[in-house]
Amino acid sequence: MKTKKLRVKSKTENLSLIRDFVSTSASNAGVSADFVENIILAVDEACTNIIKHAYKSSPDGELIIKTKSTLSRFIISITDFGNTFEPETIPEPDLQKYYRQKRVGGLGMYLMKTLMDDVKYVSIPGKYNEVLLSKNIKMAKTNAG
Amino acid sequence: MAEFNTSIKEQGAVSIINLKGYLDAHTAPILENNFVELIDKKCFQIVVDFKELAYISSAGLGVFMAYIEKIRESNGDIKLSGMNDKVYNIFDLLGFPLLYEIFKSETEAVQKFTEK
Repeated sequence: MKTKKLRVKSKTENLSLIRDFVSTSASNAGVSADFVENIILAVDEACTNIIKHAYKSSPDGELIIKTKSTLSRFIISITDFGNTFEPETIPEPDLQKYYRQKRVGGLGMYLMKTLMDDVKYVSIPGKYNEVLLSKNIKMAKTNAG
Repeated sequence: MAEFNTSIKEQGAVSIINLKGYLDAHTAPILENNFVELIDKKCFQIVVDFKELAYISSAGLGVFMAYIEKIRESNGDIKLSGMNDKVYNIFDLLGFPLLYEIFKSETEAVQKFTEK
């Protein structure tokens, strides 16, 4: 299992750094280009939600992004130390109705769940929050040596 | 560091916003400002061209939702053009093709305004 880690402050300008980190980690792990694009967007959405909701857009919070790859899955863990984010309160959108109500904020959640095979939340109040994003993959074959 | 910028030009009564780079939660305010400026000037016929856009997240998509109703109430519209497949797929996932007219080229989008 290969793992990589990135630690950044909760500034939206760091989103591009996060995307570059995830792109490199996934590509180096042999994930196909199309899946890499989906993974990048899902992680961007997750981190944007953390910056906005866990840290209320304060730039002083911290995010820790870890990636792990196995032969069958690519997993991204994102840990923060801000307010607990309760994803269950965001329903799967009826997009037409959703747009009529102008509640655009949940689009990111919808994208994450659509683009990834599994999205899990772990929260230890007062300690940390973690979101785990998982994508089932078939490794691009590489020749040994 | 990924960058994002916009440029605006007028073609008759139509305003064209060309997007370039990465549109996310950090850069979305740039596009928001463009819409605010155009609306202030009563420019309600708007084409947004995506030919040079590399990336969009939901924050970028949200900008369109924030302004479309006001623009349409003023008998205007936002028409979209020039998307690559990657960007179009995200729009499609979120049902945007049902809400906006999407054209292959800026020229076609501008033409559609003049047909009305």
